[in-house]
Amino acid sequence: MNLRINFASGVPIYQQLMEQIKHAVDTGAIRGGEQLPTIRKIAEELAMNPNTVARAYRELEREGIIEVRHGSGAYVGMPSTSSAKVAGIRKAAEVLRPAMERGLAIGLSEPELRRVFEDELSRLRDDAAAERRGN
Amino acid sequence: MNDMIIAADGLSKSYDGKPALRSLHLEVPRGSICGFLGRNGAGKTTTLKLLLGMLRRDAGAIRMFGEPIDSEASSIAARRRLGFVSEDKELYPFMTIDQTIRFTRAFFPGWRRDLEEKYLDLFQLPRKKAVPKLSKGMRTQLMLLLAMARGAELLLMDEPTSGLDPAMTEDVLQILADLAASDGTTIFFSSHQLAEVEQICDRVCIIDQGQSVIDGVLDDLKSDYRRILLVFDGEPPRELAELDGVDHLRQRGRTASLLAHGDVDALVDRARELKPSSVEVRPVTLKELFLDHVRGE
Repeated sequence: MNLRINFASGVPIYQQLMEQIKHAVDTGAIRGGEQLPTIRKIAEELAMNPNTVARAYRELEREGIIEVRHGSGAYVGMPSTSSAKVAGIRKAAEVLRPAMERGLAIGLSEPELRRVFEDELSRLRDDAAAERRGN
Repeated sequence: MNDMIIAADGLSKSYDGKPALRSLHLEVPRGSICGFLGRNGAGKTTTLKLLLGMLRRDAGAIRMFGEPIDSEASSIAARRRLGFVSEDKELYPFMTIDQTIRFTRAFFPGWRRDLEEKYLDLFQLPRKKAVPKLSKGMRTQLMLLLAMARGAELLLMDEPTSGLDPAMTEDVLQILADLAASDGTTIFFSSHQLAEVEQICDRVCIIDQGQSVIDGVLDDLKSDYRRILLVFDGEPPRELAELDGVDHLRQRGRTASLLAHGDVDALVDRARELKPSSVEVRPVTLKELFLDHVRGE
């Protein structure tokens, strides 16, 4: 990570630091789960105030971009698996809903619809298994 | 926040009836690096001397490390916990660097041999060299070493980087960052170098004519203050000076420049009602804050 602070600018220094760390995360210069330099290391390397670095880290943590673990430093947050899953479920519901509506419109009962869904799911599973065996 | 390493209130001092400090208020929280800015004669050195117990105050109260400084004994107790680097960098002329270090070390039970070695090495100070043969830069470095290696909780410094070249200055700033980060040392230093204050300090105190005119967290000041530039078709209206939140107003021809803080958006709205032909809002640098507050216009 290549940090460069313009101390003479009117932009608060902790904000400059936050922007540059965010940029490093966006460009993949530092990735999820990777450790950030310690507050002390940044302060010494840039000869800047450690409280200001700490403030930038605190704000980044508040925004959910980094995670500060006591005693072991700051880490870039993982793209949250749970929130990715929530989005996937929402997407699936969106795709399936019209199909269910049509099934009900044709006159299927709920238990019948559920059986169709489960049958198709097990057929998918069987097909996938057959494909693995065939190749 | 009650964890103030330095807290001075109503501090006043006159020399032969001439006031040097007028009811100065000053607060330095634990672990901060605070830059003390002001023009020559603003009262910086007087303040430092009062904090050090080298001068007697006329009025006001000082607390250091949370304890009131109201007697010789309390002043001495506070001095044991701090390191001081004076502006004149006075050292005993008949000693070598090594002798100076050993002489000083004897007074401080908390002396840090590791820091002594570290800074001798970093500054490349030869132990055998006689004090009168040291350059100004080396004298400063030796003074810094003596102040820092005593394991002080607070460093008070009067223009610590004056006479140092830019590379040496950067070394000193790096050491201050290191001290604050690793040991939580509180640092209060006067300076004329705005660039070094912007780089290393989280707080600034600006004094003018013996009074504090700005005192706060530097990044918060940068967030709070704005320069508003207004251009009018004719002379800028007089009402500008009376708007709430205007710290300073400067006029040149058809242009008015306001330094403002607080609710800048509301101020801009009211300024727009005066029908300027152009409005521009800019961030403010420490240099502008300093100049606007110490140039009595």
